[in-house]
Amino acid sequence: MAVERVSLVGNPNSGKSSLFNHLTGLNQHVGNYPGVTVDKKEGFCLLEKGKRISVIDLPGCYSIYPRSEDERIVQSILTSPGLKEYPDLTLVIVDASNLERSLLIYTQVYDLGLPIILVPTMIDVADNEGIDIDFKKLEEVLGCVTICPVNARTGEGIEALKKAMLTYGNSHHSQPFIAIDDFKQTADKTRLLAGSYRPNGKSNGQSTDNAFVPLFFDDPVTQGIETEIRYKKIRRLLGFVISKKQKKSTYSHLTRKIDALVTHPVWGYVIFAGILTLIFQAIYSFAEWPMNLIDDVFFSFSYTVKNWFPPGIFTDLLAEGIIPGVGGVVIFIPQIALLFAFIAILEETGYMSRVVFIMDKLMRPFGLNGKSVVPLISGVACAIPAIMATRSIDQWKDRLITILVTPLMSCSARLPVYTLLIALVIPDIAIGGIFNLKGLVLLGLYLLGLIAVLGVAILLKWIIKAKQKSFLIMELPMYKMPRWRNILLTILEKTKVFVWEAGKVILAISIVLWVLASYGPAKRIENAVNSIPKPPVEEGLAWEDYQQQLNTVKLENSWIGILGKTIEPVIAPLGYDWKIGIALITSFAAREVFVGSMATIYSIDEDFEENDSLIDRMRTEINPATGQLVYSLGTGVSLMVFYAFAMQCMSTLAIVLRETKNWKWPLIQTAYMTLLAYLAAWLTYYLLK
Amino acid sequence: MNLSRKASDVVTTTLDQFELGQEGEIVHLDDNEYTAKLIDMGLFPGKRVKMLMKAPLGDPIGVDVEGYTLSLRLKEASSVFLKSV
Repeated sequence: MAVERVSLVGNPNSGKSSLFNHLTGLNQHVGNYPGVTVDKKEGFCLLEKGKRISVIDLPGCYSIYPRSEDERIVQSILTSPGLKEYPDLTLVIVDASNLERSLLIYTQVYDLGLPIILVPTMIDVADNEGIDIDFKKLEEVLGCVTICPVNARTGEGIEALKKAMLTYGNSHHSQPFIAIDDFKQTADKTRLLAGSYRPNGKSNGQSTDNAFVPLFFDDPVTQGIETEIRYKKIRRLLGFVISKKQKKSTYSHLTRKIDALVTHPVWGYVIFAGILTLIFQAIYSFAEWPMNLIDDVFFSFSYTVKNWFPPGIFTDLLAEGIIPGVGGVVIFIPQIALLFAFIAILEETGYMSRVVFIMDKLMRPFGLNGKSVVPLISGVACAIPAIMATRSIDQWKDRLITILVTPLMSCSARLPVYTLLIALVIPDIAIGGIFNLKGLVLLGLYLLGLIAVLGVAILLKWIIKAKQKSFLIMELPMYKMPRWRNILLTILEKTKVFVWEAGKVILAISIVLWVLASYGPAKRIENAVNSIPKPPVEEGLAWEDYQQQLNTVKLENSWIGILGKTIEPVIAPLGYDWKIGIALITSFAAREVFVGSMATIYSIDEDFEENDSLIDRMRTEINPATGQLVYSLGTGVSLMVFYAFAMQCMSTLAIVLRETKNWKWPLIQTAYMTLLAYLAAWLTYYLLK
Repeated sequence: MNLSRKASDVVTTTLDQFELGQEGEIVHLDDNEYTAKLIDMGLFPGKRVKMLMKAPLGDPIGVDVEGYTLSLRLKEASSVFLKSV
């Protein structure tokens, strides 16, 4: 039998992904299964020169009976010979230190009649725990299956495994692991629901023996009975295979000790807070320079194109629409890569499940669970990787609520907007002699985001209907050193997903916005441009001034400018004029654009931190209708509140679309956030006016 | 099968009532929406379970199941009946 397509099946934390990485290396990619939001990890493995097989890494699962969306994929692929993903050889990865539990899925795959190679991992861990496994015996009791132990950490045994795949003969399991007779005898018949099973979808010739249990049972009660029978048989067989000896090290002992510390009522939270502080410090200090670099590179690229290409609509589209659009995607990469590096480290070491353990009870009143914590906190850096990280939440309802509320956390892109507005309207006074009012306002904005997250989550908990009951029965794996190779591949994979899947939506919207901001009724723009006096020489300060004024009138009279004026009556109750309206629309794609748009509107250099002219100019702006200052305390704070709640980030929208697979959710999210922002901003202005 | 009579003879406690360090053997699982998942994760009659830790607010709990650690909420743990060993 020539093997063409291999699938990897096994428990989470069994070393399955490490083995996949060893087999495929960089020849792997992540796709999606149609209709569901489960990552499909596929790749190629070179068995020998000229012999390439495809490898698919199925989601980690404990049983063939699915309890989550991920696990449903495993069942549907392994039982559907018609699918193109259907494997002709399955590697079942079992954790040698947890043999009984990991063999459950093996016996199920075996009874489906699929050709199998059993791949035990973590033999060194088992050895340290004093578990001695007689593999020869194991092979015998399991019905002559091929066994290839590997060390997924070091890669030891991989070559032997490749060889076994290459020379794999026909499987010959004539005996089922669990026969229908076994089942009838052992099972508590009163609990067996008549007719609750359907016959096995025959997968290959060898499983036609009607001694096989007719997989699969539909109702959970019968599933439970069957699983119990399997476990009891595995337990009996392992009695011949495993012998206990002296424990060598205190691996599990160390895990218990660390657990006592990280789940401590006080130290547990202190340690978690400390780790988070460290992560954010690192993200802010490491991500800043590559982000500035990307910004500069795209800016000069744009500039070069504009100066070197013949002037015209295509040059403008390229220099002002497409290049900044691509730049707007690329700029997120440093943050996404760093955040995922840290998340991957937390997961690889085993600490992540302890975070879930200590946070679960706190999150449940809000319709969230312990697994929502890390995505939410990541949202303080950037909502994009945060939303991508919600994949670890098994329950759809909990996951959806987490996705919908995460963008309310104050992300780093809000910071420039806050900084500008705080500098503009908040007086520089100390409260109680120590706390600076500006700092307190900024802190308040972060808290506001957090309060909104929890409040909206409670509401959504009542509104959204759950498909399944929420549960949290999970393994707390032993602590391990992270495998850098896995982390690197995770970063690569997540970045790729973002660039390709979100990138196309972002690029499309930025081009539309560019068109709207650059064009308007031709006559109108022409008249406006002609009304500014042109300086006699095309250089010097006067010329720069003229250029800036030109940009201002062009924006004012573009479609977006007209739109900004049209919405003025709507935003007037918030204390905004039409110029702010323009900035709101241009920053719909990305909030930080607000600062740049303000600079364009007031024909001033945008670097407000080094040059006070933007702040000075805004501070003296007078509303012609009322004769009052535009940026009063009320307007300024109202704007900050608006930006705290409004969606204003198309990259997030694109990722929400990708993660929910339905336009409905990003639209609902934008609608509720905009409404919340509007009402809160209105209330703020009303109170502070 | 005399399982039902046996079960009524022994004093059983549900897992959520266990003290830290307490050990027991599973005799029975209640039939509810968690049962199948609990069995999948290796909690079935005959297994020995030891209470290892409780989260700071008492829920969820962490138990040792003959060599590996499972975390579960009290609500889920309350359908696991054990006898002391």
